Amino acid sequence: MNARVDPQLLSRVSNRHLDALEEEAIFVLREVAAAFERPALLFSGGKDSLVLLKCAEKAFGSGRLPYPLLMIDTGHNFPEVTAFRDRRAKELGAELVVRSVEDSMRRGTVRLAYPGESRNAHQSVTLLEAIEEFRFDALIGGARRDEEKARAKERVFSHRDSFGQWQPKSQRPELWTLFNTRLQPGEHFRVFPISNWTELDVWQYIEREAVELPSLYYAHRREVVERRGLLVPVTELTPPRDGEEVVTRTVRFRTVGDITCTCPVASTAASAADVVAETIAADVSERGATRMDDKTSDASMEKRKKDGYF
Amino acid sequence: MMDAVVSSEVGVDPGLRRDDEASRGDAALRFITCGSVDDGKSTLIGRLLVDSKAVLQDQLAGVHRAGAVDLALLTDGLSAEREQGITIDVAYRYFASPRRKFVIGDTPGHVQYTRNMVTAASGADAAVVLVDATKLQWRDAQPALLPQTRRHALLVDLLRVPSIVFAINKLDAVEDPALAYRHIAGALAAFSHAAGIQPRAVVPLSALQGFNVVQPAAGWAGYVGPSLLQLLETLPATTAEADQGFAFPVQWVEKFSESAETAQGRRVFWGRVATGTVQPGDAVRVMPSGQAAVVAQVLDAVRRPTRGIAGHSAGIVLDREVDISRGDWLLAHDAPAAVREVTGTVAWLDDEPLVAGRTYWALHGHRWVKARVQRVVHQLDVQTLAEQEAEALPPNGIGVVKLVLQEPLATRPFAKARVPGSLVLVDTATHRTSGALLVR
Repeated sequence: MNARVDPQLLSRVSNRHLDALEEEAIFVLREVAAAFERPALLFSGGKDSLVLLKCAEKAFGSGRLPYPLLMIDTGHNFPEVTAFRDRRAKELGAELVVRSVEDSMRRGTVRLAYPGESRNAHQSVTLLEAIEEFRFDALIGGARRDEEKARAKERVFSHRDSFGQWQPKSQRPELWTLFNTRLQPGEHFRVFPISNWTELDVWQYIEREAVELPSLYYAHRREVVERRGLLVPVTELTPPRDGEEVVTRTVRFRTVGDITCTCPVASTAASAADVVAETIAADVSERGATRMDDKTSDASMEKRKKDGYF
Repeated sequence: MMDAVVSSEVGVDPGLRRDDEASRGDAALRFITCGSVDDGKSTLIGRLLVDSKAVLQDQLAGVHRAGAVDLALLTDGLSAEREQGITIDVAYRYFASPRRKFVIGDTPGHVQYTRNMVTAASGADAAVVLVDATKLQWRDAQPALLPQTRRHALLVDLLRVPSIVFAINKLDAVEDPALAYRHIAGALAAFSHAAGIQPRAVVPLSALQGFNVVQPAAGWAGYVGPSLLQLLETLPATTAEADQGFAFPVQWVEKFSESAETAQGRRVFWGRVATGTVQPGDAVRVMPSGQAAVVAQVLDAVRRPTRGIAGHSAGIVLDREVDISRGDWLLAHDAPAAVREVTGTVAWLDDEPLVAGRTYWALHGHRWVKARVQRVVHQLDVQTLAEQEAEALPPNGIGVVKLVLQEPLATRPFAKARVPGSLVLVDTATHRTSGALLVR
């Protein structure tokens, strides 16, 4: 997806609308701090959660984050991202809570259908266990409505029942910015301060604010195989199948999730400005280009969200 | 048409079209589509997205049903919606024309999901109320409109959405589009007049064929004017109520001792300025305590010194120690007194009826108080606009109620001041958001 954008045209793409998006995110982040007793911010080390963290730094002042960071570790994360996550949390002086799917597997609460199964969907179980352990009443996440059709339906303050389930048919009306944050025991909220941002907004913000990202987001050489139109990274967890040819390509990741279901795209973008240009020229959506697990069924995201997925 | 879009080279232009608005400094326009079920709202949005080339290849690939392209599938993202071919909840979509950036709220038409339509309308700059020409007796000089068309237009007007546009859809499917357009537009004008609504325009269109949606279809159906998109490009964003007296609901109190930005020993009151403006030196009053103070410093959302203006976040530091918590309001020193009784128009959103005598939670700014429904003044008949006597308001009913509050609130009429004039009512047992109340 090399950019074919004339730099002169690109300079006309303003980023002034980012002020309003940032202000909305800060308003929501403060609302969570004020309205809930035990909130946490979901932090994966990915670009959306790093943008969220940047807004939180502005909302509360550097080093004064009023809630812990929570990471649900599938054990299948890219090592660059995990290292980055730990370093950023330390720099911010934030409390970082990590709970792992492997621990849930040891407890027997997660059982894989087969040994190589993606653990991405199983994160929900570990997440709900963490919510119960810490009695979290609000979890802030970096999901955006432009990512996917089920996400496009979600409220900014999304109510979850005592099973952690999203009930799309009976979401609470959300009028103006009068957020009804009342909970029954055992229930919680998922809160999405950057709901109204698009992938392009996120990259423009990363560029404007010089938000540091894991190196995977920028062009690098990587061994991949081509499978059903996707570039599948060759790793210990995702070895080539019989007959597949391993090739080295210059790629970057548009999202960094679980290794077993995240694919890079061909790209030479070496900076946030390059990525902004590529995103403007993109003809395939972020998830369409990169996620193996969303393709199984049109409603797969909705189903996972009903089961408690972020 | 669809094939052409899929196979056309997607390079510079579509992307720049998606974001070029900002270079002109216009605010994004947030608009909703509403109207009765099957009026073609989701198809209209699909048409807007496809014809303005805001749809990416993988998303277009997923919009086939029974072998044919179905634009509604671009927005109906829930499996229950796909099963039934209806929209249940709001879907938000983002796109841009060469002139402007847009956020669309695609809202449901079914009466039982009116609450979701109201959710989207509360944050909208404009509403496109769709009317399905094929469902009306369009040969009549003034065909009767569907109840949902009336309900949605009334609600949108009640919520002070700045622009209402009627779009008469499916005119490609009637024998005489010009006659149908003229008659239905006449009925809409009569209804609008009776309801006190001032629509911006009545546009004939075919979402299925793409007439007058993005491309104008000059002279078609006897209409000469801008396409729907051209019209939307010119509509104003909601204006902040900066000309009203200062009102500021306190969202979060930052206690600090080590902060470098402000003097030792003070606190910053964060929130969004509801109405008016604030700057250092202004005298303010705290509600409900009634204490007086003077503003020492105003910070913007990211802690730079500034003056606060309606619609924007601010952090306010006062000149003296005053007991202020989340939920309190800072008001202009000469603001009207807070009140214990409120009369307002209610849009009832719960599946359970609103019952006179019951107590609900009311949320006003960031303040929660108990509110008892003293009486239902009347219920509005959406068909005739008559005010009927009622003891209760049914689900999706609109009416006027009188509330008695546990503690005084600094309300203003919603017609003048949106934030001080709006409350939501929450069921004390189920915690559901049950109603929207607009202060009279």
